[in-house]
Amino acid sequence: MIAFLLAQTIAITGGTVYPVSGPKIDNATVLIRDGRIAAVGTNVAVPAGATRIDAAGKWVTPGFIDGAGQMGLREISAVQNTNEATLRGNEVAAAFNVLEGINPASTLIAVNRMEGITSTVAVPNGSLIWGQAVMIDLDGETIDAMRVKSPVAMVADLSEGAKEAGGGSRAGVAQRLRRVLNDAREYATRRADFRRAQIQPLSASAADLEALQPVLRGELPLMIVANRRSDIETALRIAREYKLKLILAGAAEGWMISGEIAAAGVPVLVEPMDNIPTFDALGIRYENAPLLARGGVKVALMETATENTRDLRQQAGNAVASGMTWEQALRAVTLTPAEVFGVADRYGSLDAGKIANVVVWSGDPFDFSTGVEHVYIRGREIPLRSRQTELLERYKTLPPKY
Amino acid sequence: MRHLSTAFALLAFAAGCASAGARTTTAAVPQQAGAPAPAAGQDTAGIGPQYPSTYQRHPNPPVLIRNATIMTAAGQEIQGGSILFKDGRIVSVGTNVQAPSDAVVVDATGKWVTPGVIDTHSHIGVYAAPGTFAESDGNEATRPVTAEVWAEHSFWPQDPQIPLAIAGGVTTIQALPGSANLIGGRSAVLKLVPARSVQEMKFPGAHYGLKMACGENPKRVYGQRGGPSTRMGNMAGYREAFIAAQAYRRKWDKWNKDHQGDPPDRNLRNESLAEVLRGNIYVQNHCYRADEMMQMLDLAHEFGFKIRSFHHAVEAYKIADVLAREGTASSIWSDWWGFKEEAMDGIYENGALLQQAGARVVIHSDDASGIQRLNQEAAKAMYHGRRAGIPVTRDQAVRWFTANPAWVLGLDSLVGTLEPGKMADVVIWSADPLSVYARALQVYNDGWLVYDRNDPTHQPKMDFTLGQGEHP
Repeated sequence: MIAFLLAQTIAITGGTVYPVSGPKIDNATVLIRDGRIAAVGTNVAVPAGATRIDAAGKWVTPGFIDGAGQMGLREISAVQNTNEATLRGNEVAAAFNVLEGINPASTLIAVNRMEGITSTVAVPNGSLIWGQAVMIDLDGETIDAMRVKSPVAMVADLSEGAKEAGGGSRAGVAQRLRRVLNDAREYATRRADFRRAQIQPLSASAADLEALQPVLRGELPLMIVANRRSDIETALRIAREYKLKLILAGAAEGWMISGEIAAAGVPVLVEPMDNIPTFDALGIRYENAPLLARGGVKVALMETATENTRDLRQQAGNAVASGMTWEQALRAVTLTPAEVFGVADRYGSLDAGKIANVVVWSGDPFDFSTGVEHVYIRGREIPLRSRQTELLERYKTLPPKY
Repeated sequence: MRHLSTAFALLAFAAGCASAGARTTTAAVPQQAGAPAPAAGQDTAGIGPQYPSTYQRHPNPPVLIRNATIMTAAGQEIQGGSILFKDGRIVSVGTNVQAPSDAVVVDATGKWVTPGVIDTHSHIGVYAAPGTFAESDGNEATRPVTAEVWAEHSFWPQDPQIPLAIAGGVTTIQALPGSANLIGGRSAVLKLVPARSVQEMKFPGAHYGLKMACGENPKRVYGQRGGPSTRMGNMAGYREAFIAAQAYRRKWDKWNKDHQGDPPDRNLRNESLAEVLRGNIYVQNHCYRADEMMQMLDLAHEFGFKIRSFHHAVEAYKIADVLAREGTASSIWSDWWGFKEEAMDGIYENGALLQQAGARVVIHSDDASGIQRLNQEAAKAMYHGRRAGIPVTRDQAVRWFTANPAWVLGLDSLVGTLEPGKMADVVIWSADPLSVYARALQVYNDGWLVYDRNDPTHQPKMDFTLGQGEHP
């Protein structure tokens, strides 16, 4: 809210601007007003009184969006009571929306946004249906202030991680998911009977079945975690059967069937540096992201080590090293995730009218030699400080300053 | 870094472990009657070679790599440089190198060359892919002190993670037991080459390491199983173990001197620890917090051994001056932090601050994914240090994953730099290895081309991988 109360005009001038929605613009100005992008181009008049940021020699991009993590939902993953992402004891947790579990005071937020990550998707974790994911901006004192959109997706698992919920078999998992979706359909037409217990017991609670209605209507995407080729194909099949809007997450063997995924118009969230084989995906490889992109699939990237969501930059750089074009990789951490999660009208590119999540870099944002110079979230300049910079300050000369 | 469903489970317990290594030539120990008595401090105390290395250099022609930017890790970055190696040894490095007529000449115009990457902290082979219980061989988590176990006896040379690491330019690893135990066992220092047995990979002449672990992991594993359940319990556990080892060493030293009566009974646990006391086995100590590292240094002083390297050491920067004075290296990640409480205070500048203080910095992996990109991790640490105003040279950053880990393993006279006489462990990179865009193009291990990115006949596959995951 403070950002809006202290509405101000900021002109980032002279930089090489990558709007993502269009080609790069040399020596351009990005004008930010009242938390929104007011103008982008080489012919932008800078109003008197605007704060001028000289970005000559710098690169300007939209703030990066991480496609899936648990920002705000877990402070220290090994400390259970700082974790909020899992609704235990409910294998069909469709009604579980993680939003109110988010901790706006999490120290992970400052650490990661100062490296250019401005929005993240906070995803629940669970068994068969994990719950509802939300998108947040990495700034704000309250959950309401951070919220971009809630929910952005219903999350379900068809990988080996869900097998227990399917009685120990992948086939059981798929059949159980169908049963839940069938019951959700039936519930929608027989709510009164359900309340009076005049139908056979359904496979989930009323709240969970209710929460699945937007998924069945194709309004809320179903994000399915699947890595093995056959699991990905099962996800595509179920999405066809129920006419769902599908997002694939993981998709380690997606490269084997990129044409099929592309033909289905299904976007994927992938982690490019992930290449260690497991029985869930023996065909996992570095080249997954570039091969999917080359096959015409809409690819967004994620860094699932939430405390190091900042390594999304390194994920993108490695995707390029493995064959993705640089432009594809930039899109995969900005506009594509915005599109996948239905917020591209407000996020993901530098266009007039969009939310002013903007990063000024000293150079190529994917390379290690590049530093972050300025970060704006909703037009507010983010101080480049965190508890890590405070530790550095304290210990950079020894003995420390206590 | 992991598949989504498992990544969202607690990754801290799966990975962040550290352990200590082992070596090939020594054993604390018992000699057979009549054998010459070993001198304390020498690597010959034992009954002769145990489980000896059968490593053999792969025969190959001389190789001349020409017109590359050569980062020697010995102070130089040579533009338009050439390097010649023959019979597994580097012959010459410079701008004017003549090739013998039988040399394979590799034009590396626009490419970069570094020494082979060395990882002081790996669990590949002992926690092999595909990561099932069947291959979970890294923690003998049955009692808190297991100095008697050797990582090489768990190591699976067909781990499909091995070729992935090779493709990342890695030529030598220390495979360590995990960090469940106070004292986890001996490490294995290995040439990272395809082989039928671990013995064929054991680095000839290398010293064993001993994996020790501080802090949360032993507490967590044994807290409900008889202890230790506290950090003070951890300390008591190390001390009791080394007190026993002191007595054992005395007994054997006396017997080796006078050969009176029957030799003392052998005890595998005490053999490992006695060799630490003799300085033949190097302590490789998983320890995150600065205050705990200080405790461990006191422990080392009490028993008169050196800690060769702290591992993980996310708070090493807080005691960089002490670590420089003690001569103890820090094997660190560039940016891991926050996945467990004792990792809360990790900062990007850890390596740069240690370097500035004159302490020895190593970028390690502890991770089958991270081991493939140790050059990238070093770059992250270097550039963040520089941005904070801490000077780190490119040569120093390359040393973080080459020469310095070689020192931690006691191999710095053999590998880790590109200098004449050193083993020909050489990587050709597609670009500046301190850039995210660089990939290893060719990897030579002891002169053998073990990996060529552009030649499928030089891309080793493990047995496990054959016929797997390769749908047309």
